[in-house]
Amino acid sequence: MNLEISLILESIPKMLTGIGVTLQLLVLASLLGLGLGVILLLMRISGRRYLSFPAFIYAYFFRGTPILVQIFVIYHGLPQFDIVRESVFWILLREPFGCATLALTLNSAAYVSEILRGGYLGVERGFHEAGMALGLKKHHRFLYVTMPIAIRLAIPAYSNEFISMLKATSLASTITLLDMTGVARTIVAQTFAPYEIFISTAVIYLVMTTIFQRGFGIFEKLMSRHVKQ
Amino acid sequence: MTANTQEPIIILKDVCKFFGQFQALRNINLEVKKGERIVVCGPSGSGKSTMIRCINRLEEHDSGTIIVAGRELTGTMKDIDAVRSEVGMVFQNFNLFPHLTVVKNLMLALKLVRKMKKEQAHEVAMGFLKRVRIPEQADKYPSQLSGGQQQRVAIARALCMNPEVMLFDEPTSALDPEMISEVLDVMIDLANDGLTMICVTHEMGFARSVADSIVFMDHGEIVEMKPPKEFFENPESDRTKLFLSQILTH
Repeated sequence: MNLEISLILESIPKMLTGIGVTLQLLVLASLLGLGLGVILLLMRISGRRYLSFPAFIYAYFFRGTPILVQIFVIYHGLPQFDIVRESVFWILLREPFGCATLALTLNSAAYVSEILRGGYLGVERGFHEAGMALGLKKHHRFLYVTMPIAIRLAIPAYSNEFISMLKATSLASTITLLDMTGVARTIVAQTFAPYEIFISTAVIYLVMTTIFQRGFGIFEKLMSRHVKQ
Repeated sequence: MTANTQEPIIILKDVCKFFGQFQALRNINLEVKKGERIVVCGPSGSGKSTMIRCINRLEEHDSGTIIVAGRELTGTMKDIDAVRSEVGMVFQNFNLFPHLTVVKNLMLALKLVRKMKKEQAHEVAMGFLKRVRIPEQADKYPSQLSGGQQQRVAIARALCMNPEVMLFDEPTSALDPEMISEVLDVMIDLANDGLTMICVTHEMGFARSVADSIVFMDHGEIVEMKPPKEFFENPESDRTKLFLSQILTH
């Protein structure tokens, strides 16, 4: 078969109309996921079982099930309950965008909490002790000593998670959202040229991934400027 | 001013400490008065580090009494941080905060614990960096410094809190031989300035020249405590004699 270059060139600009939705999903879910992930981390390391256990169960379920299934449960499943339709969350949940953002956020938070916990556990005990010996209060030690060191240790893993999220946003197209993949599917339905269109889609994702990877690389270098080269 | 007439600033009474089944400290009794310089020595695993780590509660003792600057350390005390801020500690591995520059390592606790403004904290920090003869390194990160320099920064960081007493936990053990003297020089300066210090070290030359008393520990007990002259020339216990013969032969 022939690859129609002209079709690829034509469709790329069209697909870029979906980049807004893709980026909105990515940025919203990442920021909210980071916030929720930090809360889960704090619960997990609190040393109190009634906090750490729920956080553990949360991560267990959200890491143990596919995002696509989570999206379906939220989009198709939740509206069946009257209580959901009558709650304030309905404003969010009746829109596919809200459902996709929620699913990605909840999923991301589970991974982020584990990634941050890895960083936290990697902080040498001596730094905690130095903070204690100076008389720093617990929350000060956490904010000014432990977290900055833990965050640097967690950047490479977090960068992976962020890029996974970028790709996971494409699942939103299954619940009618017109993100880049959603737009691509519409174009395929009109042109019957899945090969060209999806290859172009892949290229756009690849370019975005490359840009984000570079970005995280620079950020990591910045955070590691104190580490001996 | 003679140190002997004052109330002790640190009191350990019948202190015991267990790690699981292992008894790390056995009925430790020790009093340190203001301005006194104590050197603690003994074979490895004898409880030296554990003892001084109990004084700022990096380790919790299991029984007995520890009183630091008039306050008893207990499991229920609320202001352990306040006591810790009066006790400086220098670690074997320096433990400088790797993400902060040298001067910011000093400023952190000045700002957060002593509630100083940034400018004032900076001024105080620079003063102490001068005291350990390293002000030109203020804006470098710890990893860019040699071991000896890092340990001097760590001493300055503990010192700038103006502690009542300084604890040194084998401060020269992780250093290359050529860097030991620059750290000991700083410590001798501090001793001469009348700082109260408890120092776990194997540097017997340092012990001989600055210590008021040398504490010898073995198997979690204080075996002997004497002024340096007597300690080296006239040790009572066989364990002390054996230890001294082992470390002084080379």
